[in-house]
Amino acid sequence: MLAFNFFGATEGGLFDINATLPLMAIQVVALTYILNSLFFKPVGNVVEKREKFVSNNIIEAKNKLSEVKKLEADLLTQLQSARTEAQRIVSEAEDESDKLYKEALELANNEANASKEKARLEIESQTTAARDQLSKQADDLSELIVNRLILEK
Amino acid sequence: MFFNSLLTNFAALEVGQHLYWQIGNIRIHGQVFLTSWILLGALLVFISLGTKKMENDPKGLQNLLEFLWDYIRDLARTQIGEKVYRDWMPFIGTLFLFVFVSNWGGALIPWRLIKLPSGELGAPTADINTTIALALLVSLSYFYAGLSNKGWRYFEYYVHPTPIMLPFKILEDFTKPLSLSFRLFGNILADELVVGVLVFLVPLILPIPVMFLGLFTSAIQALIFATLAAYYIGEAVEEHH
Repeated sequence: MLAFNFFGATEGGLFDINATLPLMAIQVVALTYILNSLFFKPVGNVVEKREKFVSNNIIEAKNKLSEVKKLEADLLTQLQSARTEAQRIVSEAEDESDKLYKEALELANNEANASKEKARLEIESQTTAARDQLSKQADDLSELIVNRLILEK
Repeated sequence: MFFNSLLTNFAALEVGQHLYWQIGNIRIHGQVFLTSWILLGALLVFISLGTKKMENDPKGLQNLLEFLWDYIRDLARTQIGEKVYRDWMPFIGTLFLFVFVSNWGGALIPWRLIKLPSGELGAPTADINTTIALALLVSLSYFYAGLSNKGWRYFEYYVHPTPIMLPFKILEDFTKPLSLSFRLFGNILADELVVGVLVFLVPLILPIPVMFLGLFTSAIQALIFATLAAYYIGEAVEEHH
């Protein structure tokens, strides 16, 4: 009796296959359609919309980043050229001022040398003049002395 | 003696007895439909609550449902392939959810407290009719998937890579639904029986680890069923070169 109930096919039993099978199949197919419209479609829409949004944002950010990098490189080259330009200008100005300084120094030196020479010449001429005058006066004096001595005698 | 008493115990568990409903002149297992309606009703309420107010920043239930959706999509995509997984994702997901909810509902809810005139409530997947229905739906699906995607070229699959494979491939069409249905049925029924016998023999503490094991196998069986269904569909739509 028990064995009959256990595997029996006519009434009850574990392997009692009947109209439950097709009805359950229909129920599962219906559930598929219900879940599709209630769960898979709406959730899928939201998730895929978000995924698209995120990937779009990532692409946009990448584009912006590459643009920023390009600009940065551009600026860097500009900065580099500006720096070399500035260096060039500075060295040019230094050369210029050096040249000017040298010229001015030479000019001043020459002038100073010339005036020194002139002064020396003047001093020399005055010295000779004074010496001439002195020797002339000495001559006069000696002549005077000689004359007086001669007269007193 | 012992064997006899064990059989009596089994009889006390009312193995293989059903609550028959008579509709016209067909007879169906009422307890299977009762539990499946309760569980699917709970599932649908849960899903309706979670998808009621969908936002771009998911909160609460929506998070869980999105995780579930993502899990099912990954399962379908890895097994079926990038090209047609979208068409089959609802079916695979429904199989997974139906089997999972049935298994866990059968294991977690103390159905035995509800007395029926005949038979007892339990997991709908512990009834052979349910599992065969699911398995036959999977068979129909992969035939449909293969034929609708590749037309008559679908039958190249039977002689691929050599015509020697033909009898084995034909045999496979029978063994696939058979193994699918009996694996699920056997696992869930065995789990219910083991828990039932243990509760009958040692009503305290001892059945709890077995119940946890049952929850584990229940989840695994749902995953296996959905994965295999997706794999069969993927096999049918795969292009051989």
